[in-house]
Parts: sequence; structure tokens; C-alpha cells
Amino acid sequence: METLITILIGVFVTIGTYLLLSKNVIRIIIGSSILTHAAHLLIITMPGLKTGGVPFITDGGGGEFVDPLPQALILTSIVINFAVTALILVLAFRAYKTLGTDNLAEMRGPKYD
Amino acid sequence: MIDISNLIVLPMALPLIIGIIQIFFKNQIKTQRTMSILGVLTTIGIAVFLLERIQTEGIMRLDFGGWEPPFGILFVADSFSVILVLVASVVTLICLIYAFSSVGEKMEKMYFYAFINFLLAGVNGSFLTGDIFNLYVNFEIMLLASYVLVALGGSKKQLRESIKYVVINVLSSWFFLVAVAYLYGQLGTLNMAHLSQLISESGQTPTLTVVSLVFLIVFALKSGLLLYFWLPGSYSAPPIVVAALFGGLLTKVGIYAMFRVFTLIFYHEPGITHTIIGIMAGLTLIAGSIGAIAYKDIRQIVSYNVVIAVGFILVGLAVMTQEGFEGSIFYLMHDMIAKSLLFLLAGTMITVTGKKRIDEISGLIRNYPVFGWIFFIVMLSLAGVPPLSGFIGKVLVGHGTIETGSYVLLALAFISSIFVLYSLLRIFLNSFWGETIISTDEEVPMRKGWMVSFSLFTILMFILGFGVELFIPYVADAANTLMNPQIYIDAVMND
Repeated sequence: METLITILIGVFVTIGTYLLLSKNVIRIIIGSSILTHAAHLLIITMPGLKTGGVPFITDGGGGEFVDPLPQALILTSIVINFAVTALILVLAFRAYKTLGTDNLAEMRGPKYD
Repeated sequence: MIDISNLIVLPMALPLIIGIIQIFFKNQIKTQRTMSILGVLTTIGIAVFLLERIQTEGIMRLDFGGWEPPFGILFVADSFSVILVLVASVVTLICLIYAFSSVGEKMEKMYFYAFINFLLAGVNGSFLTGDIFNLYVNFEIMLLASYVLVALGGSKKQLRESIKYVVINVLSSWFFLVAVAYLYGQLGTLNMAHLSQLISESGQTPTLTVVSLVFLIVFALKSGLLLYFWLPGSYSAPPIVVAALFGGLLTKVGIYAMFRVFTLIFYHEPGITHTIIGIMAGLTLIAGSIGAIAYKDIRQIVSYNVVIAVGFILVGLAVMTQEGFEGSIFYLMHDMIAKSLLFLLAGTMITVTGKKRIDEISGLIRNYPVFGWIFFIVMLSLAGVPPLSGFIGKVLVGHGTIETGSYVLLALAFISSIFVLYSLLRIFLNSFWGETIISTDEEVPMRKGWMVSFSLFTILMFILGFGVELFIPYVADAANTLMNPQIYIDAVMND
């Protein structure tokens, strides 16, 4: 299972890097979002997947249970990513309206200084 | 009886709460200003109190929710953190005074002060946290506020630079997450003291060294160590006071994180990690020096001066000696103050003349003599002329490099000071000397708030320069904790 997820992470990173290197702002935003998802998957995979039951310690004493910390970490990170993506989308829209282009190559040069 | 260590959370929580309350007072600018000033003053008071207490009681910590380390998130206040919290809050206070008479009503009503407070909350949180994932979260708080502040105002240049700035920071945050994932996968903890303990027990394996290099990339991107290509653009776009805060605070947080991680956690393989830091610092000094003399745009020159300072401070980390650390901490304090002042001065030059190239401005000293001499003082201070604040830091970093025989770094660090002096002297000679371009009747008067903040910064530089003896005990304690990570670990784990 870990191997499969790791391959999936690799695919995500590839797609994310490809999109990030393009010149269209929207593609870059989607690329950054996919990259972050890859990082989330990486965090949840690193300590091992499904190594035990739910992490509740019951009266009978627990037995094996999964590490709950990575889930807390990616929950935090997903929220942060959500906020950043929302902000950058607004920023991109505003930049498109003001600069008249969503192509990074056309934003170059001194004409917008 | 309330536990005194609860105070540690306030430098982060107070600005955060004030920022949130300010959102509800959108149009009451006076209320917002008063709240910001009072909040920052309280933070300064708390920082001074904590700093004094740490000297007598040792490192303090606060476990959130009573979860003892290594299980919970915690804030740790050692001298290094609290010194930086103190200086960051003081710089924010003085920049706020400048902001009152410069940003204008339109921006003040667009939650400007709220975001300044969020920025300060993120910066202080990053300094105080003892958990590496919490460090990531605090970085993000700080960065989200800075994304907004870069774009606030909405000019074409700001929007373009803000997109670049956001994308580069999202990417470096991604590296941060990846590094955290690998670290957690290797060691199963995120508490910095616990990480350090585990690594010193089991040894710093090659995998961990690679992870440490990923962290190095992250913090190098944030602090502008060698990977500074985004910095001059982003720092020359936003309003003056925002640029001053960025120049004073943001890169310093990256530097702090690098110090923390490479003195507390990954210090077992200095042959690899610290050599790389040294090489990067040397290259940063060279490239920053070239940048600083290559441009005629004042804000570009000033931004490249930030880059040079980053290189200089990290020379102290690369050599890993008590004196080197002391020098770096002194220089860090000095640089936060002096760089903010330099940004404010450069921005004010552009405001009063309407021009931004040094060859288009001349004779300013006839119109604004005090302003001109303050620029001269900050120039001397940055070049390291005694008795101003830059001197002691340079001497101690120099000592550190000599002790370890890193003569190349020594040479680069001090040659770069000459470039700093030259680049700023060029501004001074071109723009302050010569025929005046502003006649007395079209002269824009210097506002009181501007002069107050310039004077406060200048006084601070003198205090830091003359009062070295006063600050030495605190700085020495901070450097001592950096040199002996066991002190930090004991305070967190075995208490």
C-alpha cells in the first residue's frame, strides 16, 4: 500500500512541477495546490499506513493503533493550503483585471513599474 | 495563582487578538491606532520581563493544554528567542509611528493595522515555538499577512510582484512540509528538543543530513541566503513602511529558524551542513555586494543591502563558535533596527522627490539637513563604524572566523562591509550633495511622525552601540544556549 501511495505522490509531484513551470497564472495556482496535496499524502504515508485500529484508548486497554499525529498535521496543512489558494486566486483575478494579462511572460519588463 | 510561564504565549496571542478586534473597527482609525500602539507596547513590556526572568530562572516553557513534552505543542522562551521578540516588537512600534503619517486613510480602512498585527503575531510565534510543525504554522501566519501587505494598495507593480512572492513562498512552504514529513517518518516526533535528543542518541544518519539540507533550502529561500532572487523585486514594490517591516523582520525569521535548526537539531555533521552554509553565506556576500553597486534605483540598492546582511549574519552560524554566535546575535539586533530605518529613509527620499533613481535626485541635504545626517549615521552604522551598533557584531563575527581559521569568510565578510559603505555613500553623494532640485516653495515638509520614527531608530542605534556592556550578558546567555543544546533540551525535556 505504501509503495502505491508513494508512486501516486511521485505522479502528483510530476504534474505539479509541470504546471508550476508553465506561464499561465491559473495553471501555476493549480500546480501549487497539487504539489501541496502530494506533500499531504507524503506526511500520511511516512509513518506507515493502517498499522492498527482507531487511536482511542478504551477501557479494555488499546492494543495496536495508528499514529494520529500525521492526520492532525495534514488537517492543519489542508486548512492553510485552502486559505493560501483562496488568497492567490483572488490575487490572480485582481492582477488579471489590472494588468490585463494572466501570462507571466507578458508581465515582465519595466512597463508595470 | 496563575503560572507565570503563561506570559510566553502573549507576544503571539496579543497581536493576534488585537488584529481580530481591529477587523470590527474598520472605520475607526483612531481606535485602531491606539490599540496597535498599546498592544505592541505591552508586548515589549512582556518581552523585557521575560528576558530578565530567563537570566535568573533559566529557560521557560509553556505546554499548551498541559500536554507535557514530547507529546504536546509548546512555546519555549530562551534568551535568543526573547531578544528577537523584543527587537521585532520595538521595530514594529516605530514603523507603526511612521505608518500613522504615511499610509493614508484608504489603506488604513482596508485593515492595514490588523495585518501588521497578524504579521507580528506570526513573527513572534516563529521565534517562540518549540515544535517544528508549529514553526511551519507560524511561518504561514506571517506569510499570509505578508501576502496581503505586499498587494495592499493594488498598484500594477505590487500585483505583479505579489504573484511572484506568493508562488515562491508557496513552493518553499512545500519544501518545509516535505522536510517535516521525512523528519517525522525518521524519528516520530516534532518537538525540537526531543528531535535533538533522539538524534544525539542514535547519531545523525546520512538520511537525516539530507533532510537537514531540505530544511536548509527552505530557510535559505525564506531568509534570502543565496536564493534571494525574489527579494529585491518583492521588497521594492509595497508601501514604504511595509517594505521597512519586511526588511527588518521577515528575512530575520528565516535566519532565526536556520540558527535554531542547525544549532539545536542538526549540529552533528558540521563538516557537511555548516560548510554548505558557509559557502552559501560567502556567495551571498559576493552576489549581494555586486547587486548593491549595480543599480541606480534606490530601493534596489537598499534591498541588496538586506541580502549582504543575511550573508554576514550566517557567517557567524557557519563558524559555530561562542563569539561567532554572539556577533551574529548582535548583528541581527542591529540589522533589524538599521535596515528598517534605511528602508524608511529610502522610501521617504522617493516620496519627497517623486523620483527613484540616485542620478535624478540631488541636493537633498539643503532641504532636509536632519534627514540627510540621519542617513549618514545609518550608513556609518551599517558599515560598522564604532561606536554605532554595527561595530560590535562585526568584531565578534570576525573573532569567530579567525578562531576557526575561516579566512576566506573573514575576508568576504569585511570586504562586503566596504561595498555596503560604497553603495550607500553613492546614494549620499549623488542625492544629498550637489545642486538642490527642490526649490523652497515646492518643498514637501517632513512630517512630524516621520522625523519621530527616524529619531527613535537613530537613538536605538546609539543605545545598542554605546550600551554593549549592558546587552552582553543577555547575548552571551543566548549564544551559550546555542553552543550547548543540552541546556535547551534539559529545560524542555527534564523539567
